[in-house]
Amino acid sequence: MTLSILVPLLVSVITAATPLLLAALGELVVERAGVLNLGLEGMMLVGAICAFATMSLTGNPVLGMLAGAGAGAAMAGLFGVLVLTLASNQVATGLALTLFGIGLSALIGTGFVGHPIPVLPKLAVPGLSGLPVVGPLLFSHDALVYFSIAATAGVGWFLKHSRAGLILRGVGEADSSAHSIGHDVIRIRYCAVLFGGAMAGLGGAYLSLAYTPMWVEGMTAGRGWIALALVVFAAWRPWRALAGAYLFGGVAVLQLYLQGSGLVVVPTQVLAMLPYIATILVLTLISSGSMRSRLSAPACLGKPFRPVG
Amino acid sequence: MRIKIEPRRQVSRTLQYLTPPLSMVGTVIAAFVLFAGMGYDPGRALYDLFVAPLLTVQGLSELALKASPLVMIGVGLAAGFRANVWNIGAEGQLVMGAIAGGGVALAFYGQEGVWILPLMCLAGILGGLAWGAIPAFLKTRFEVSEILVSLMLTYVAELFLSLLVLGPWKDPEGMNFPQSRMFSDSALLPMLVEGTRMHAGILVSLAIALIAWVVMTRSIIGFEIRTVGSAPAAARYAGFSRSKVIWLTMLAGGGLAGLAGVFEVAGPIGQIIPKITPGYGFTAIIVAFLGRLHPLGILAAGVVMALSYIGADNAQVDMGLPNAATGLVQAMLLFFLLASDFLVRYRLRLVRPHPVRREEVLA
Repeated sequence: MTLSILVPLLVSVITAATPLLLAALGELVVERAGVLNLGLEGMMLVGAICAFATMSLTGNPVLGMLAGAGAGAAMAGLFGVLVLTLASNQVATGLALTLFGIGLSALIGTGFVGHPIPVLPKLAVPGLSGLPVVGPLLFSHDALVYFSIAATAGVGWFLKHSRAGLILRGVGEADSSAHSIGHDVIRIRYCAVLFGGAMAGLGGAYLSLAYTPMWVEGMTAGRGWIALALVVFAAWRPWRALAGAYLFGGVAVLQLYLQGSGLVVVPTQVLAMLPYIATILVLTLISSGSMRSRLSAPACLGKPFRPVG
Repeated sequence: MRIKIEPRRQVSRTLQYLTPPLSMVGTVIAAFVLFAGMGYDPGRALYDLFVAPLLTVQGLSELALKASPLVMIGVGLAAGFRANVWNIGAEGQLVMGAIAGGGVALAFYGQEGVWILPLMCLAGILGGLAWGAIPAFLKTRFEVSEILVSLMLTYVAELFLSLLVLGPWKDPEGMNFPQSRMFSDSALLPMLVEGTRMHAGILVSLAIALIAWVVMTRSIIGFEIRTVGSAPAAARYAGFSRSKVIWLTMLAGGGLAGLAGVFEVAGPIGQIIPKITPGYGFTAIIVAFLGRLHPLGILAAGVVMALSYIGADNAQVDMGLPNAATGLVQAMLLFFLLASDFLVRYRLRLVRPHPVRREEVLA
């Protein structure tokens, strides 16, 4: 395969991976704080349509991205009220959030089907973007791609080296202990959940602003769930989430490439199944490989907590 | 004076049965505000959604028709939810059931015989069962999340359906429409009332709800399922196998969803088309919770949710209310339900701050 094919292909892998990475990074922080938010798909969808609508009405990409993040955070806030304040079942509430997001995004989106918007502008790094191969590969992406990499580093640093990150992990590993030495478990979890929502919203915004600049009902097509699987795959570590997201982006692009190339005589539907089947296979391999991945799950993941007294 | 939140020693039974109707009232109020905010006449929208379908025989028969799959799937899922087994892929299991059952119908196309329909049902159950068995196996063998696997398999099932309908199963005389032949008469469910679409499957789903009620409340298996969910440690001590419960509930959920799928293609649809279900598999999750995971409650909840489906079509025709609004209202109902659960488990008490006495500190 020549470079002229390979480079655009790799660029599209990055594009396909970015929404997954953004959503997975947010969920990773949420789960590290001991909360399981299964509403990723719903938050991404609402983020996608709010970003799209804002972009379509104002033409301002920054406002679009902010609207996506804000909408995701608002959805997460709703989840937080139910799960953190009212101590409801996290699995059921997450599912409800996804169903809610599907409905809400479709409703907001009824007026925006078929609207054209300008694609998110690429920010070429002066001087470097002109380089052959590495230029298009590393230095001519849109803002959210750069942001997703920076966020990976940021989340990695935050969790490992900052005091706040240590507290957040403590809350996820031993909520009652954290509570008894004076940390406000619920408040910390609220912060994590809101961050997760904003990141999922951004992931959705990336889909509707950059990946396919249009609005289609249910356009996330299970990416929220794949991002959830990525967090398990990554064993709750940010850089592994990045690797996982690029792996899945690769599967998605490979599938599209094979569909378009006519190289294989497999029906397109079979190829379209690949990302979902790959998710199941990867989850199985990770879980069966060793006990390690399971042990790295935050100890309080999914358990409701209510401060006593 | 301040409000103190404290856990109840025992969950309040009264509130447990009172919260679903309360949540419905809350949802209606929220829907009223939502519709008004969207610029629709909220009174008319609510009338279209929740009252109009109940006023005609046609509406009532459609209600039974749509409640049937919701109840059947909801009952199966609820057994799992009770045991903390989260099968959320009923939509895919339904599709696989419809494919397997519909495949039998197409294989014996043009033939007659009373054996065709039972064979279709059996195939449908097995189809759904197989799709439920995959997450069950991966969960019990490798501890893979059944939530993610069952959901991923839903996408796979839908793509598989599209593959069949656009490819080998496309009606040769269908002018290239993506749909199969119409099933022969022997492959169609008998109708209950002439002139309506009510089919024999509705009676089956009623029977299933009753059987599930007996099994869940009166049998050892039902007790094991409930114990594994509510007191895992006690269940282990009693020697109840968690794997067995996972397998049982996943297979029950899958099999029932599969049967519901056959009833759809052999009932109201009569052929295989690219979209067999308007999200019954997902709505059934709400039905299960609204019915308090109790088979008889689910029966009632299925009717309520079916009402919202028919009402949605009504409101769309009558006043152009987008169908998506219904999905939103359905999800809001689940939110209200989950939120009101708080009152079942905790109680709010007004307490007067009082000076701490010496004895209390020493004690």
